[in-house]
Amino acid sequence: MIELIEVRKAFNQGKHNEFWALDGINLCIEAHRVTALCGPSGSGKTTLLTLIGCLARPTSGRARFKGEDISGLPERFLTQLRRRSFGFVFQQFNLIRGLSAEENIMLPAAPSGLPQHVVRARAAMLLDRLRLAHRRTARVEWLSGGEQQRVAIARALINDPEVLIADEPTANLDTTLAREFLAILESFASEGRTVILSSHDPLVIQSAAVHRVINMRDGRIVANYHDA
Amino acid sequence: MNIWIEQQRALIDFTLASLARRKARNLGLLAVYTLLVFVLASVALFSHALRHEATRVLADAPEIVLQRLVAGRHDLIPPGYLEKIGNIRGVQKMEGRLWGYYYDPVIKANYTFMVPSAGGVERGTIVIGAALERVRGLALETGISFRAYSGKLYSFVVADILPHDSELVSADLVLMHEDDFRTFFEFPAGHYTDIALAVANPQEVRNIAAKLAAALPDSRPILREEMLRTYASIFAWREGIVLAILSGAILAFAILAWDKAAGLSAEEKREIGILKAIGWETGDVIRMKIWEGVLISLTAFLVGYVAAYLHVFRGGGVLFEPVLKGWAVLYPRFQLAPEIDGLAVATLFFFTVVPYTAAVLVPIWRAATTDPDAVMR
Amino acid sequence: MNHRPARLVLPLLAVALAGFAMSFVDAALLRERHAVRIEASHALAKRLELTDIALFTEARYTRHPSQADLHAPFQDHPLALEHFPTGSLIAPPRHEYLDRTTARAD
Repeated sequence: MIELIEVRKAFNQGKHNEFWALDGINLCIEAHRVTALCGPSGSGKTTLLTLIGCLARPTSGRARFKGEDISGLPERFLTQLRRRSFGFVFQQFNLIRGLSAEENIMLPAAPSGLPQHVVRARAAMLLDRLRLAHRRTARVEWLSGGEQQRVAIARALINDPEVLIADEPTANLDTTLAREFLAILESFASEGRTVILSSHDPLVIQSAAVHRVINMRDGRIVANYHDA
Repeated sequence: MNIWIEQQRALIDFTLASLARRKARNLGLLAVYTLLVFVLASVALFSHALRHEATRVLADAPEIVLQRLVAGRHDLIPPGYLEKIGNIRGVQKMEGRLWGYYYDPVIKANYTFMVPSAGGVERGTIVIGAALERVRGLALETGISFRAYSGKLYSFVVADILPHDSELVSADLVLMHEDDFRTFFEFPAGHYTDIALAVANPQEVRNIAAKLAAALPDSRPILREEMLRTYASIFAWREGIVLAILSGAILAFAILAWDKAAGLSAEEKREIGILKAIGWETGDVIRMKIWEGVLISLTAFLVGYVAAYLHVFRGGGVLFEPVLKGWAVLYPRFQLAPEIDGLAVATLFFFTVVPYTAAVLVPIWRAATTDPDAVMR
Repeated sequence: MNHRPARLVLPLLAVALAGFAMSFVDAALLRERHAVRIEASHALAKRLELTDIALFTEARYTRHPSQADLHAPFQDHPLALEHFPTGSLIAPPRHEYLDRTTARAD
């Protein structure tokens, strides 16, 4: 589904503090599976996620999504693709403070021009599914960490994306909540979504919910093993 | 089309929801903004309508008024001037006018005493302006005494009151008979305050004025067009701003609005990054911000303008009264005809809506072009 | 069950727009009513040969600004400061008289 060929990514290119976050990544990620990128901080997991999720373009190399080359797409198309096909759960959740859970969840749908009632119904369905219906109108900063993450998940799913990307999803959760999160992930994969996450949490990497673990270090893939 | 509308509605929803987060602050800004538009629009509407009214009412003022100056002060027209003017061709009619000011220590107000050249006021009676009726508490057939500058006391009976509809030109008038006027002010016989001239051919007015100035070098002719120009330019923009005593307030508000609109906080920057990361295009972010600017400034403009309209044309411009009245005691009560200068309204619209919306947009441009992956770093 | 801010604010904005439009209709109607009054004032001003409006009655040069000249505000002393509030609201008349060239004493 997602193919990366000889992908490199530099920050501050051409300056004295030039830094290659990714250095020659070749990777193919299958659809309908849960893939985990794992490695110490600074290993390039998050950068790789931004490339996969069309948040950024590689400095060199090619990225393909469903066979189509996306590394050369203009910003506009990249944004549309990102909105339609990817949902993001950020490490800090990145919810917009002061707005209600529902308003936050509906945000990615705003530029789509979908009728309001359709988006609202979908948000209600997601809130229900994530057991958040009772917190619908609550401001997000009043929610607990676990609730905030579930709002972030619901927001990632509002446009019904094929791929869900999660950056260090369990970093701010205790064990119970982390297990709960993994269970949610598994249900997504089983309904046909592709899940890609980064983590260095053993709980995630060893979980049965994760089908494939990719080990990274210094911007390269060092080990790559599939589940049975 | 439907998609576009839904999109804008969603963007407006988000804008309003984010504005609602700092409700007090944004409502306060809106209130100050509205108030500013209200004052500016009031001044614009009032001064335009007053200019219009004055030039219409005074359209048939004397074509030329001839004053005499002595050492830079008005002086009386001595006998013989009328005869000298008589020789100038083109003067259709001329008459010496008698008028002057009287300070009434009872209510500490200045009146304009005058003798109507057409006559019509009996000796011992006066015809008074409506403000006098109101402030001095006079009624028809009541008597009133004025102490002349000579110290003598003279009594008059109010024979008539000038119509309230004409207060704007007649509020402080006291019309009297010529004999009464001369006795009261001990005005020397044969002297006049000034001379009003009628000219047969309007094209000739300037020539005649030049001849008058040449024939009577101590005189000063004032043309009707000059009188009208005085009113056509009354409360021009400079005086209008003083009237509003606003220049300082405008600047203060500009700074406030700029600070609020242009100062993009770290929090807002972060939010724009989030919006971009979750699939908003730069254009969506900008459209959302345009809506913010337009909603606030358009609301302020519309509400402020409508309030100003009601204030000036339905409320008689009551808030201007203390400013226009100054130290005066008599003040006419008047309703202006709502003559509206479309260009002024358009200008006001432009200068209230556009700069604010632009101020909202300036920093957004910078933030919206930042990379969407910034939130992940 | 609806807390869509746009649904509340846009109609309010529409009301304000309607008020804006109404003000012009109201102005047209009011103007007609005022026409009679203005005509009456005009006739009175013509009959009495009035040259000024009686808006500011506090000083000579504000009561009859068109009859005043540049000297008027400085009558009491060449350097006297303006002390009537309305004096700061209306400009001295810019009459041609002021431009009249003075003959040179040659």
